[in-house]
Amino acid sequence: MTSNPDVGLNFSLNRVGAMVRRYWYLLRSSWPRILDLVYWPTVQMLMWGFLQLYVSQNAGFFARAGGVFIGSVLLWDILFRGQLGFSISFLEEMYAHNLGNIMMSPLRPVEFIASLMIMSIIRLSIGMVPVTFLAIAFFGFNLWSLGLALAAFFVNLILTSWSIGIFVAGLLLRNGMGAESLAWTIMFLFLPLTCVYYPVAVLPHWLQYVSWALPPTYVFEGMRALLIDHVFRTDLMLEALGFNAVLFAAASFAFTKLLESARKHGSLLQTGE
Amino acid sequence: MDASAQSAISVDRLTKIYKSTTAVDGISFRLPPGSVTGLLGGNGAGKTTTIAIIMGLVTPTSGHVAVLGAAMPKERYRVLHRMNFESPYVDMPMRLTVRQNLSVFAQLYGVEQIGERIAQLAVDLDLGEFLDRQTGKLSAGQKTRVSLAKSLLNRPEVLLLDEPTASLDPDTADWVRTRLENYRRERNATILLASHNMNEVERLCERVIIMKRGRIEDDAAPDRLLARYGRETLEEVFLDVARGRREQREAAQ
Repeated sequence: MTSNPDVGLNFSLNRVGAMVRRYWYLLRSSWPRILDLVYWPTVQMLMWGFLQLYVSQNAGFFARAGGVFIGSVLLWDILFRGQLGFSISFLEEMYAHNLGNIMMSPLRPVEFIASLMIMSIIRLSIGMVPVTFLAIAFFGFNLWSLGLALAAFFVNLILTSWSIGIFVAGLLLRNGMGAESLAWTIMFLFLPLTCVYYPVAVLPHWLQYVSWALPPTYVFEGMRALLIDHVFRTDLMLEALGFNAVLFAAASFAFTKLLESARKHGSLLQTGE
Repeated sequence: MDASAQSAISVDRLTKIYKSTTAVDGISFRLPPGSVTGLLGGNGAGKTTTIAIIMGLVTPTSGHVAVLGAAMPKERYRVLHRMNFESPYVDMPMRLTVRQNLSVFAQLYGVEQIGERIAQLAVDLDLGEFLDRQTGKLSAGQKTRVSLAKSLLNRPEVLLLDEPTASLDPDTADWVRTRLENYRRERNATILLASHNMNEVERLCERVIIMKRGRIEDDAAPDRLLARYGRETLEEVFLDVARGRREQREAAQ
């Protein structure tokens, strides 16, 4: 038997299914929640798409780099919305004052996290799939045409988003709603550092080391290599996967410690402000 | 077999210190299977912390708690499916219907034949008319009944109740107490009940543990407490303990 029951391996798909059903019921009962999933990715894609259209008509490089901005914004949304989908599902329990029921049920933390991962993919799909078709309709940019490369980008981005989501969930358990704003803003730290819209070479030399320690940087560099040079960089994807493995392990460890601390300090009884 | 193994709930020299505050201070008690025990005490007496430790939500600073033979919180997943709790301070998701909420929790607790179990509880607890209504649109009394249904879904052997009839009108509160009595009789369940309602404790509990500043001030059957304090009601006993009248009387003597 493990010394920490929160990390035990007694995993139940049935309990994971129960939680996914709970979030699905919530989502389908509220059209503003569904609208919110689609609305902002659409606005972002349209804004960057038209900007790219304008710039490409005035600069040779951008004319060659067709779709880079739109590709960047769509991949950024996978990263951002993936984490937000994970964190919002978790926050729904706190908003509903239901965390006590959940934490006192037989649901293991690992099952809780698995259900949040599944929900992040469901929410992401609802939000992003229609937007990818809008990108084809408005700008002729077909994200799906990236094929296997898109799969590699997606896996790496969603792994990063889950790692951040797990860490934020731990902070929320330990610190209550005082940590809520982190759930909404933490990913924006990645926006300049992972070089979503520009190459890593643009950064000051010392900051490039930080940038290359973050898995999404490899994805965005890989996307630019694919769209500009028409080369799929397997090496970048493997490096991203390696960094993601480290990040995921670190986030899971932090979550376990934060949950342990929450039990010690009685934070699970007070999940308010 | 030792005494803790025979007890449904065993609390041994339990202490919980939050920074400089001692919430629970070395308390011990054992609850035999099938017993109904009231945990009384003013605000900050340590009742909620004690119940939270029994449920495995809070780690004790020292001491031991066992539920159905499993050490809490370390072995909680061995027994959480055999326990349940109800509290008016923990809500169920408001946008889900009563049926959706109950089916989700039934699945979490590994209940078999979920539809039949919910139908049975709907009859027992009179939920039929609002089973498909959103939980957030129910009255306080209806929500309490739903919460009680959730706590009975898995037919728990140990039921922890935190002020189960708070904010209910007398009629609904009486109705809830009757259901709890029936459940205890039918399933031989062990019930630990934290309450500020002395009538409720007198009616339901065969034993009362009174806490004050994290310690057990008294622990006896209701009639013995009345005799010991020379009082007519548990409310008077509670006030004697809360205001330290017994110590004052003993000091005067």
